[in-house]
Amino acid sequence: MNAFQVPAPPTGPVPWDKAFALARLSDMLRIRRMEEKAAELYGQQKIRGFLHLYIGEEAVASGALCALRAGDNVVCTYREHGHALLRGVAMNAIMAEMYGKQEGCSRGRGGSMHLFDRATHFYGGQGIVGGGLPLATGLALADKMSKRPGAVSNPFEKREGGPLTACFFGEGAMAEGAFHESMNLAALWQLPVLFCCENNLYAMGTALARSESQTDLCRKAASYGMTTERVDGMDVVAVHEVVKRAAHQVRHDARPVFMELQTFRFRAHSMFDPELYRDKQEVEAWKTRGPIHTYTARLKSQGLLSETEFLALDAAAQAEVDAAVAFAEAGTWEPVEDLLRDVTTPQGAP
Amino acid sequence: MPRRLSYREALREALREALLADPRVFLMGEDVGRYGGTYAVSKGLLEEFGPERIRDTPLSELGFVGAGVGAALGGMRPIVEIMTVNFSLLALDPIVNTAAMLRHMSGGQFSVPIVIRMATGAGRQVAAQHSNSFEGWYAHVPGLRVLSPATAEDARGMLAAALADPDPVLIFEHAQLYNLEGDVPDHTVVDTCSARVRLAGTDVSLITFGGCLPKAIQAAEQLAMLGISAEVIDLRVLRPLDDATVMTSVRKCRRAVVIDEGWRTGSLAAEVMARISEQAFFDLDAPLARVCSEEVPIPYARHMEEAALPQASKIVAAVQALLGSAP
Repeated sequence: MNAFQVPAPPTGPVPWDKAFALARLSDMLRIRRMEEKAAELYGQQKIRGFLHLYIGEEAVASGALCALRAGDNVVCTYREHGHALLRGVAMNAIMAEMYGKQEGCSRGRGGSMHLFDRATHFYGGQGIVGGGLPLATGLALADKMSKRPGAVSNPFEKREGGPLTACFFGEGAMAEGAFHESMNLAALWQLPVLFCCENNLYAMGTALARSESQTDLCRKAASYGMTTERVDGMDVVAVHEVVKRAAHQVRHDARPVFMELQTFRFRAHSMFDPELYRDKQEVEAWKTRGPIHTYTARLKSQGLLSETEFLALDAAAQAEVDAAVAFAEAGTWEPVEDLLRDVTTPQGAP
Repeated sequence: MPRRLSYREALREALREALLADPRVFLMGEDVGRYGGTYAVSKGLLEEFGPERIRDTPLSELGFVGAGVGAALGGMRPIVEIMTVNFSLLALDPIVNTAAMLRHMSGGQFSVPIVIRMATGAGRQVAAQHSNSFEGWYAHVPGLRVLSPATAEDARGMLAAALADPDPVLIFEHAQLYNLEGDVPDHTVVDTCSARVRLAGTDVSLITFGGCLPKAIQAAEQLAMLGISAEVIDLRVLRPLDDATVMTSVRKCRRAVVIDEGWRTGSLAAEVMARISEQAFFDLDAPLARVCSEEVPIPYARHMEEAALPQASKIVAAVQALLGSAP
């Protein structure tokens, strides 16, 4: 088999009403435009440090996050701009954080890799591969032990199921001990965790087959007695339908589910990455499966989207980006006198 | 009326009190439940509080310490027991990269109110991989509070203070202290910010913590017979260090020996000595001295283990050398 042969682009009907369908397109466009701008700003040295772009993988965050509830917990990796945005963190606050301004969602102390937001239960922005998995397991343990009520408060709470913790991580994390220990704990203690493995085939520069003795990731997870789901992560429709089903199962059975979302990043691992480890033709082959243009084509062929509507959505995303850049530019630097702030909790703080 | 309690009983009482006082508190770790605790600290608690709150874990330090951090974020007040400090090295990532840094890197949005207890130290012939004192490593890390109870009273009182702390607290219990008995007041309230003068003196400050405290007191008694009055300072809190108590003692005695079971190089003793040099250099009548573990993995054979560790005799010799009265 040619190494650069990729599965056929996602096709088929979009089983959603127009508003929901266009919202998913808007999600992906907002991430794409925000990150394209971030890359440009990196070139201008407005953004420094590590910058890990999600470009190419947007269907995962777009399909998955809208299947969650307000009270669910979300734990992500350092490639989390898109998740934060769709979770409800304002693009202004994300952009300001990347600039290092104190108006950023982590007050400029975290940067691109450490976006946090208490209001939306967004627990980062974890910079250590695998580090988010035990954290997510513990958040779910707390929910189970404290019997935290479901996010949507209504009298049929039992029917609605409890809150869950969605944990996003790359396939590289599956070689970490933290993955195995967390899977074991979550399955052993029956904790409501939705493990979302974003398999983009490369752990930085190391291809899956060069790092895993068992490349069937669901099989690894299944060994912990866990339900597993594999889904085309370039297909926002498939992602959403499967995550919705999996989330329902996690909420109602209070048991973890493992999902492998098969995706591909179109950009380098980080801005420091010269991309010597993969062939440009492979990237080009995957771009035929690009989540935005394939979904756009499906919506159009179904008559759910016109070119005018597409341009309007894209223009809105671009306008949001422009506003976010203006916000970040106008942001302020935290005074150096505050350097030692937030190492420990001041008395009386929440 | 003060009661006589062993260090182990004091810890157990403190755990029981915490579990009764706050439904968010739970204990988890290897063999804390059915086995009764590796050092029998949690014996009987499973029967009283059940397996949800006295939670046996797999042998999975990275996993369950990380889960403890997550549970703390999620609103619980976990007490995580790690069997020994050597095993805590398997959990350095959640302790250092996550618990200690989360508040800062989230711009002050998330605190991590976790308490992590672990046994530390040598002296029981359990050889190289179960005998270390890495308190100094943890004391290096901003965002952590590091406690070293050396008395039954502190064993009884420090847990409540640690649980009241909104940030991660590590409690190091020296394995040689579990059977030690001491007076414990009825309503034990202790702070987790100050060092304590355990024995007043005038000629030399012996500055120590944890399992070396009994050795320092023993040395002070021997020195008294030689006509040397030693003051013994128990640091109690290894991060943040209480400089004021140390400097007050050093300025009075004008000589100091720091005793630390960690290896000499890069030890906590080195940090204490550096601070004395910075803050009280001109009050000193003699160079600073320290008694630490020798730079060798802890040997199994009893005589070799004893030779590797700080001992009262070594402390006495160090003081005599300072005073120019070495035999």
